[in-house]
Amino acid sequence: MKRLLKGGRVVDPANGIDGARDVLIDGDRIARIGADLPVDGATVVEIPDGMVICPGLIDMHVHLREPGQEHKETIASGTASAVAGGFTAVACMPNTNPVNDDANVTAYILAKAREADLARVYPIGAVSRSSKGELLADIGDLRKAGCVAITDDGHPVATALLLRRALEYAGMFDMPVIEHCEDPSLKGDGVAHEGYYAATLGLRGMPGACEALGVERGVLLSELTGSAFHVAHMSARASLRAVRKGKEAGVRVTCEVAPHHFTLTDEALATPLAYDTNTKMNPPLREAEDRDAMLTGIADGTVDAIATDHAPHHYDEKKVEFDRAPFGIVGLETAVSLSFDRLVHAGRVRLSRLVELMSLNPARILKVNGGTLSEGAPADITILAPDLQVRVEAAKLRSRSKNTPFDGWVLRGGVAATMVGGRPLFVNPETRISF
Amino acid sequence: MTTVHDVEQKPAVTSLRSKDLLGIAEMLPEEITLVLDTADAMKEIASRPIKKVPALRGKTVVNLFFEPSTRTRTSFEIAEKRLSADTLNIAIATSSVVKGETLADTAMNLEAMRPDMIVLRHSSSGACHLLSRICRSAIINAGDGTHEHPTQALLDAFTIREHKKRLKGLKVAIVGDLLHSRVLRSNIHLLTKMGADVWVCGPPTLMPTDIRRFGVTPTSHVEDAVAGADVIMMLRIQLERMEGAYFPSLREYFSVFGMTEERVRRANPDVMIMHPGPMNRGVEIASEVADGPYSVILEQVANGVAVRMAVLYLLAGGADYEEAA
Repeated sequence: MKRLLKGGRVVDPANGIDGARDVLIDGDRIARIGADLPVDGATVVEIPDGMVICPGLIDMHVHLREPGQEHKETIASGTASAVAGGFTAVACMPNTNPVNDDANVTAYILAKAREADLARVYPIGAVSRSSKGELLADIGDLRKAGCVAITDDGHPVATALLLRRALEYAGMFDMPVIEHCEDPSLKGDGVAHEGYYAATLGLRGMPGACEALGVERGVLLSELTGSAFHVAHMSARASLRAVRKGKEAGVRVTCEVAPHHFTLTDEALATPLAYDTNTKMNPPLREAEDRDAMLTGIADGTVDAIATDHAPHHYDEKKVEFDRAPFGIVGLETAVSLSFDRLVHAGRVRLSRLVELMSLNPARILKVNGGTLSEGAPADITILAPDLQVRVEAAKLRSRSKNTPFDGWVLRGGVAATMVGGRPLFVNPETRISF
Repeated sequence: MTTVHDVEQKPAVTSLRSKDLLGIAEMLPEEITLVLDTADAMKEIASRPIKKVPALRGKTVVNLFFEPSTRTRTSFEIAEKRLSADTLNIAIATSSVVKGETLADTAMNLEAMRPDMIVLRHSSSGACHLLSRICRSAIINAGDGTHEHPTQALLDAFTIREHKKRLKGLKVAIVGDLLHSRVLRSNIHLLTKMGADVWVCGPPTLMPTDIRRFGVTPTSHVEDAVAGADVIMMLRIQLERMEGAYFPSLREYFSVFGMTEERVRRANPDVMIMHPGPMNRGVEIASEVADGPYSVILEQVANGVAVRMAVLYLLAGGADYEEAA
């Protein structure tokens, strides 16, 4: 089957395209991109004025919770959430139960993803067995089974030595090591950013230096080993400085920032709802200087990717005392709107830069397909509605969990449709595109 | 007994705005004055041969304590009984390893039995906020984690006002473990709202982040903190803080920060020495000071009952206790 997307603005930074083009899809592949393509028997899909056709968005940091915590999310519900949020692919963290430290777990995840048949799923394997920080996991097996990177996310790799070995070993397979950067002794039993708001609410703090120490460690070891090191969910200005310094020195370091870290500050701990456990995540919401540094890093190119750290938790788990609540919020279905509203419409980045951050760069860092609309590439396409007014409604999220601090927010910019392998798997009824 | 009327802070309100007392942070200065003035009248009840008024007759008050407490729980219970409330004490031992019912479920179960007020003591900051969103009952914070202990600050202010006839313009030095103290946070909110000059003193390791934004003067030099002070308020040093490497030893803590007679002499001649209890004699305070002429520590305990009666009474809607008596 052939489909011709007609009338949109195509933004494909990998091929230097930003302008009015038609996109011809043949089966699961992109056949042609060009101005005023002939219909030639294809089904014409009229793209309304102002809408943007871009390579499918890739979220390189999500927690799909399956196997083991299916009450929070399943691969089916998580990938449904992904396509509703404009993501055609997600990379899922290994902190499941059991941990994805074994090819059988990887195979299970991929089988569930095929069954769900929504967004593509790229599993990320564990650095160490059970992510315990002692022995390396069978990284070669994980690679063969389909893992695209390794991490002990949720925690930093236990020792500098083990991180060094992981970088050296994974380097052999050209897989990046993704690190949850944190000095455990400085984190202590912290539950929020160490700042004025934690002080006034009597919450135990963890300073930005706690994260930056982990970033510095990783940059040094990446330099030592020559292997690719990726900083997960960066939040502190000192971390950004360390990444920038590393890049200037030619170290193979990349980093991602989550929408909540470029949108919110620790003030959200106190207002509008004091002790709202949906403002509790790790790394925590930091002070305004940190949030502003993330915005600067996104604009000046230091930040490579936007990733959500989608971390679903059941409402029972969040409806507890703040210090007992688990860290994390869902993010797949709010990322595009927050990015449009806070980055593009705020004049901080151009749309093509946003596509780099959310599609091209994640594909490059993970070395997976996608990130471009090249002819012959899989037809993973996101159609964006830059001026759509979006009202976030937690209860209506496709994710099995509703733990978002953005409930009720009105944002400018959203998703019109998401196509994976040429199939429209999500079509926003408010944008009137008919496939 | 003298009835004190603060000439600078006439009560502009006759009731509290909130159904709960979660913290001093949410209170207006006029509300604080209202509580203190009401406590003046409540204190008189303790001098009567029959120390009971029917103001809360038919009201059920649950004292829900998730942390051990003698002073505060007893004080609330006496206050409730003097107001003729039906009281119920629930003490639940909790630790992070004990997996019991959630706080929300406990609260909803209690709520189903329709109490009028819940007095909550809990080791988690914000536990009272959680309850206030679940419960129709009035929630009174009897200490939540390291957040607030509002009735302690109110009874401290009441005691200061009895002696000094005012709060505005007084220099108050608060010395001790500032980081982990809910008493500190409530007192800072209250005293700064009422116009006192608040100094806080402790080692930098026990100083909350950005403490200046609270409107106080921080220092780690205890001599500067107490110089010319009208009130010295000591905070308890928890013995386990040594393990967190907040300071090297109790002996050294006492030598650097301990409140000795010599240090007290730098304060105003009529200085008041306060301590919310329980005290560690020889750690944060020398016994000579705790037992000395300027110490009002036991007055604080006595006033706690009157202040808590005032809070209970006002949150119950302020039935006319005089008439009822």
